[in-house]
Amino acid sequence: MLDDFLVRATLAGVGVAIAAAPLGCFVVWRRMAYFGDATAHAAILGVALSLALSTSVFTGALAVALIMALTVSMLTGRGYAMDTLLGVLAHSALAFGLVAVSFLKGVRVDLDAYLFGDILAVSKSDLAVIWSGAVLVLVLTIWRWSALLTSTLNPDLAYASGIDPKREQLVLTLGLAMVVAVAIKVIGALLIVALLIIPAASARPVTRTPEAMALCAAVIGVVSALLGLRASFLWDTPSGPTIVCVAAVIFLGTNLSARLGLGKL
Amino acid sequence: MSLVTLMGLGVRLGRHQALSHVDFSIDKGEIVTVVGPNGSGKTTLLRSIIGAQKPTSGKIVRAKGLRIGYVPQSLSIDATLPLTVNRFLNLPLRHDREVTEQALSVAGAQGLQERQMSALSGGQFQRILLARALLKNPDLLILDEPTTGLDQPGSAALYRQIEQVRSDLGTAILMVSHELHVVMSASDRVVCLNGHVCCHGTPEIVASAPEYRALFGSGTQGALALYRHDHDHHHHSHDSHSHEHGTCDHA
Repeated sequence: MLDDFLVRATLAGVGVAIAAAPLGCFVVWRRMAYFGDATAHAAILGVALSLALSTSVFTGALAVALIMALTVSMLTGRGYAMDTLLGVLAHSALAFGLVAVSFLKGVRVDLDAYLFGDILAVSKSDLAVIWSGAVLVLVLTIWRWSALLTSTLNPDLAYASGIDPKREQLVLTLGLAMVVAVAIKVIGALLIVALLIIPAASARPVTRTPEAMALCAAVIGVVSALLGLRASFLWDTPSGPTIVCVAAVIFLGTNLSARLGLGKL
Repeated sequence: MSLVTLMGLGVRLGRHQALSHVDFSIDKGEIVTVVGPNGSGKTTLLRSIIGAQKPTSGKIVRAKGLRIGYVPQSLSIDATLPLTVNRFLNLPLRHDREVTEQALSVAGAQGLQERQMSALSGGQFQRILLARALLKNPDLLILDEPTTGLDQPGSAALYRQIEQVRSDLGTAILMVSHELHVVMSASDRVVCLNGHVCCHGTPEIVASAPEYRALFGSGTQGALALYRHDHDHHHHSHDSHSHEHGTCDHA
């Protein structure tokens, strides 16, 4: 069954979507979209480094994404204008990554595959990495759920409940770097944040509790992956962007349905 | 033994010395109000007590097994986060429905369980925060300007509710307030803070202290009448304390 490239692509898409959606809810609630961008774009630099050092792309992307995420985390709350700083970091990481890739002589690099993903080229070993990473992120998110949610509401409220919000922030940072590393092959560095944010934002208007929103986001993510892959196969469009297009249409749909006053979960 | 004792507490926030040499304690069943101008370190004081802010000098001693309920100054819930009152109350720990209903009724917020937090009025919101703080049956309830955003009748009602909590459950209460005279009359003790403890004692003593008048003026004395609480009941634990008489050091 795994010999069929479409089956592998589908499984890869579903794996990433399931891991990204609950984490994406926190990205939305904590207004970390730019944070996600900086982390994802830094991964391109990681790709360049791992190609230069001939190590696995996953490791390189994870390492650099993690360094970027930790750096941003540390700078948070130190009086910088975070919005601007994140914009600077996100785009310079991408630019440095692209320049670094161009230095790689002798290696023919298909940059598109890392910028926009190459889900149809997912191998069995890729699939193993993607699913291990996805399960790890999902377990981490579920395990820390209450503490993360309390810290998201208010750091002092967390302290008063015996939760260290800084540790929870670190958990989130780790999870985010992990999602970026496993998603880069599937959806590409440029659109990873879309897979985090759009399912969560689509789930918001039709849900009443954080848990319902996370669950609904996961379902929306999976449906986007399935429909997007199908559509990209039918119309011969790039898979990553097609998946995001489907998610965006769902976003429009749920927001319209909420405007029309239809029920909530 | 006191619930919380601060000994020579000093807190530095970056380059700013927010608090220095603060000695303070609160006992069972007391209502203590902290007053002081903006930036005088009131919130820093509370954050130190709940463990959110590490002291740079001095010591904080908490009674063994002390349970603290905390009501933060402001809680803005992002519009993207759907949250029912019930879910909020069960965060981070789940409680039995009876327990949350009991807390809601003590806080005067019955029947709001299924409402979205974003759909609550200011007064309801503060009562839900109060209810959540009461859930773990605290020995000490800490409130940071609990009436922010409420109108005068609203805040008077909330203060009455808070005092009710003390008389029903015997919970000690430490709160920060801007509404000096309103809240002072409900307090057993008042601490006037301005980076250090300017003066402390009974509301009457603090209100007439020159340090207090220097900070707040004396023109609003008439407002004391806004909310008088019932003085004919006595709180046994106070008589033994020297601070009951009030001191005003010229720091």
